[in-house]
This record gives sequence, structure tokens and C-alpha cells, in this order.
Amino acid sequence: MRKSVILINMGLVAFVSLLIAPMVGMAFIPINELWQAPGSTDAGILRDIRIPRVLTAFTVGGALALSGMTFQAMFRNPLATPFTLGTASGASLGAAIYIRLGLTFSLLGISGIIFAAFAGSLLAVVFVYGLTRLKSGFSSATLLLAGVAVSFFFSSLILFIQYISGFTNSFRILRWMMGSVDLMGYDGLLNMLPLILIGLLIVLFSSNELNLLMTGDDIAASRGVNVNRTKKVLFTATSLMVGGVVAFCGPIGFIGMIAPHISRLLIGSNHRILIPATILFGGTFLLICDTLARTLIAPVEIPVGVLTALIGGPFFIVLLLNRKGGLGL
Amino acid sequence: MSGETILENVSFEVGKGEFFSIIGPNGAGKTSLIKCLGRIHNHWTGRVYINGQDLQAFSQRDLARFLSYVPQAEGRTLPFSVFEFVLMGRYPHLSPFSTISIKDREVVTSILDLAGLTEFSDRRMDTLSGGERQMVFIAAALAQGAETLLLDEPTAFLDYRHQVQVSELLRRLNKENKITVISISHDINAACAQSTRVMAMKDGTCLFVETPENTMNSDRLQGLYDTSFLIADHPAGMGRIALMEKQA
Repeated sequence: MRKSVILINMGLVAFVSLLIAPMVGMAFIPINELWQAPGSTDAGILRDIRIPRVLTAFTVGGALALSGMTFQAMFRNPLATPFTLGTASGASLGAAIYIRLGLTFSLLGISGIIFAAFAGSLLAVVFVYGLTRLKSGFSSATLLLAGVAVSFFFSSLILFIQYISGFTNSFRILRWMMGSVDLMGYDGLLNMLPLILIGLLIVLFSSNELNLLMTGDDIAASRGVNVNRTKKVLFTATSLMVGGVVAFCGPIGFIGMIAPHISRLLIGSNHRILIPATILFGGTFLLICDTLARTLIAPVEIPVGVLTALIGGPFFIVLLLNRKGGLGL
Repeated sequence: MSGETILENVSFEVGKGEFFSIIGPNGAGKTSLIKCLGRIHNHWTGRVYINGQDLQAFSQRDLARFLSYVPQAEGRTLPFSVFEFVLMGRYPHLSPFSTISIKDREVVTSILDLAGLTEFSDRRMDTLSGGERQMVFIAAALAQGAETLLLDEPTAFLDYRHQVQVSELLRRLNKENKITVISISHDINAACAQSTRVMAMKDGTCLFVETPENTMNSDRLQGLYDTSFLIADHPAGMGRIALMEKQA
């Protein structure tokens, strides 16, 4: 039962981080301001700026980590992530087009940029998935290369769109491409939450399938998994999550690759326990990175994507060196 | 598959409780056939019936309760413990929202016991030897509770002791647990010693389906493998054996 202890500890760390992070900033504000002086400026900063930002960081980190975990299991490849497979750049392209066209529509109270990003990520996924169907025996390495090509292709389109955009739109796209969880308020979070929750629930109820897919498509099929349908469902789930995140926060890289690996090193590869661990780790990790990003050289903010890689990279390498055996993938 | 026809004119019947071996040269389509039977390949035409029911009428999950499959040995490392991996064989008995029950765990425990793997229960799959690994793969297939077991060269790459161990397990499953075994084999002698019937495949078609006695025929085997064989009596009186005329 060592693994459940690790999971409980991860939960505790996540909880404490969520509690402390809002208090830290340019000025330290104790959390009890919220109920002791609800009308004060400090309480306002907590309630309207820091808490939504902290919650967003946690949600986004968890969703990106979960997407990465799903792709890595499906492709049985440690490098498979929404970024290497083009999903994130697809979502970015969708969002960039939305911004360039100056669209502002919403459906059921959900901003149109989400739909644009989801459509973009789905497009990338359909393309990559289509490749696997086109030719059986497509190795996952080939697939990754195709994904990287798709990624570059979409990135060029984004640059092109940016180039032909006016100064204001161009800056909006650039600023958003850097990746940030600073959404100012709850709107962004509430907008992306439905997509992320649907994706999360799908992945959560697919833990048995993910375990079997990791052992290989042939074995999964012989155990009774409808491999094609399961993959389609999981692709859609990850597109929902990545689309939701990228629409508002831009492509925050690295976390989708590193967080699942670290979780696997900590807790093993059984998805029944790996899924909650990955969400907790991804969420806590991005939350801590974002908190550092806005405090380290305050009042200047470091782009959070810079910090995730700066902290995550060495941490991951240390874990790899201390580990006997492989990546658990 | 990729537009080419791999299998054609393959027609046979396997009775309940049979030990049915498939032999033939490399590239004859044996693996493809097994994968079609287990619906691991789905792009093919033809009819397969299980107990009178069309194979295509089964959902993948229902089929897994009738047929289980042990793939050809390969080097992929699996980051699971033996118990976890065998437990994953219970998949066709789980509903999407149910958790693994005590009954599932009991089934796995008894299967590990049956296969003599109890002591390996907590070992990680990537620390097992080829022979141990193969036994675990068979155990995992058994966890599906299927009455028919499809195997793709279960003793390939194993040393003699493990070949005997795997064969012994299969024999026991067939005799005592009444499991129908359909197994690809590269070893004519082992196939003939174990099987009720042997099917020979070449170039994607079925050459013959015969009893082991009739399979032990130098002309038949030469026609199948394009190399000459000598048929001799087993020194210990266990039927007849085939020997290659020219040593490899």
C-alpha cells in the first residue's frame, strides 16, 4: 500500500500549495482577510485576482499533464504529447484565426475562442489519427515525426497569420502564444472548465483501456478492447482538454511531457492510480511555477512556460539518474 | 491489409476440446490467420463461426470471453507486476464503471496457482526471463475465462526446460480444463505429439488438415516445407518423429 500513501501525500502537497499560493505575491495577504475584511482591497485582490489565477494554474497544469499521459500510453512512446503530435499547435492555429478575424461570439455562455481552438486541435488529431489508419503498421516513431511536421506546419501558418495581422491583433497573438495562466478573473476558468471536465471524466473511466493499450494494440484487442473506438474517444477527450487550455492560456509546453513521466516514476504505470497522481502533480507543478513566475522578480512577471522548463528539466534528469530501469512506459 | 491478399481458401473446423496445431513455412499466413480468428485484424472477408454464431456478430468484449490470444514473444517491456498484468485479463468481465472485485482477484490467484506462478505474483514483468514471461502471458489469457486459446508459437525462443513447461501447461489445460487449443508451431514433432489434428499452411492457403499420424509423412512434409525429411520411430516408443535429412 506504499503507492496509496504516495498518492495521499501528493494530494496533501496539492492542497497546501492551493492554500498558500494565493497569499504570496507582491504583498503577503493572509487568507483570513477573505472573511475578516471582505470589503477590503486586500480581500478583493485575493478573491478576484489571485485565487482565480491559482485555480486556473492548477486546472491547466492537471489538464495538460493528463493529456500528455493519455498520448504517451496510447502511443507507448515517452515523447508523445499534445505538442509533439501537433494537437496544441492545431489549437493555437484555431485560436489565432479566431483572434485575427476579430471574432467575438459565444455559445451557451462559452466564448467562441474555445470552439476555434477545439476545432483546431481536432483537425490536427484527425490528421494524425488518419495517418495511423491509412497504413497499418505505422510505427509510433513515424507518427511522432508526422506530428512534429504537422506542428511546424501549423506554427508557420500562425506566424503567417500574425504577419498579416494589424499591430494590435499581432501583439495579442504573440502575448497569448507565450503561454500564461493570468486570465484576470473567473471567466476564462469557467469557460474552459466544462471541456476539461468532460475530457477528464472520459480519461478517468478509461483507466483499464489505457493499461491495456500500453501492453500493445494486439493484446488490448484480444482482451476485448475495441481499440479503434477507444482511441477515437481518447483523442477527442485530449482535444477537448488541450483545446480548452490553449484557447485561453496559450501553448504552455513541457508540462504535458514531464509531469506524467515524473508521476510514473513516483507511483508506477497502473492508470487506476496514475491518473489522479498525474492530475495532482501537473496541477501542483504548474501552480508552483506560476507562483514563482509572478514573485521571483516582481513586479516583472516571467513567462510561466519559461519556468516550467527551467525547473522541470533538471528535476526530471535527477529523477532519471536515480532510477533503476526504464521510464515505466 | 495494405491491399494484398494474404489468406485465401482457408477452410477448416475445430471441435470443442481439440488441440489443433497449425504448421507451415515462414510467411505462410499462420499468424495472420490467428489474428483474424481473434479479430485482432479486422480488415478481411470470410466467415468464421463460433458455436454456430458469426464471429463478426460479437462485440470485441464478448468475443474476449470466448477466445483468448497469446501473441508471439516480443521484447516490449511492460511496467506492470505479474499480478497486475494477469488481472488485466479480467477486462471482458468488467463493466466500464465497476471496479475489480474480490472474485476477479480470486480468479487471478487460482490461475497463477494453476500455472505455477504464485511465487512470481509481485515480480515486475520486465524482470522475467523469456520462459517465465510466456507462462505469464498464457495465464493472462486464461484470466479472460475463454474456452478457446489461440497461441502464436508459444515455445519459440525458449530453452528446453521452458518448452517442456509451456507444453505441459497447455496439455493440462486441454485435458483437465477442457480448453480448446489452437496453436501455431514451428516444431513438427511437438505439434504431432500434442495435437488431435494438424493443419498445414503454405502461401496463404490450407494444404491439408490431418491427424498427427498422417502428418508424419515425408512426402507431405517435403511438399510443405520444400526440404526433405526422414521419418523415424521414436526411440522411447512415443510415435514417430521427423528429422531433417540435411542438417541445418
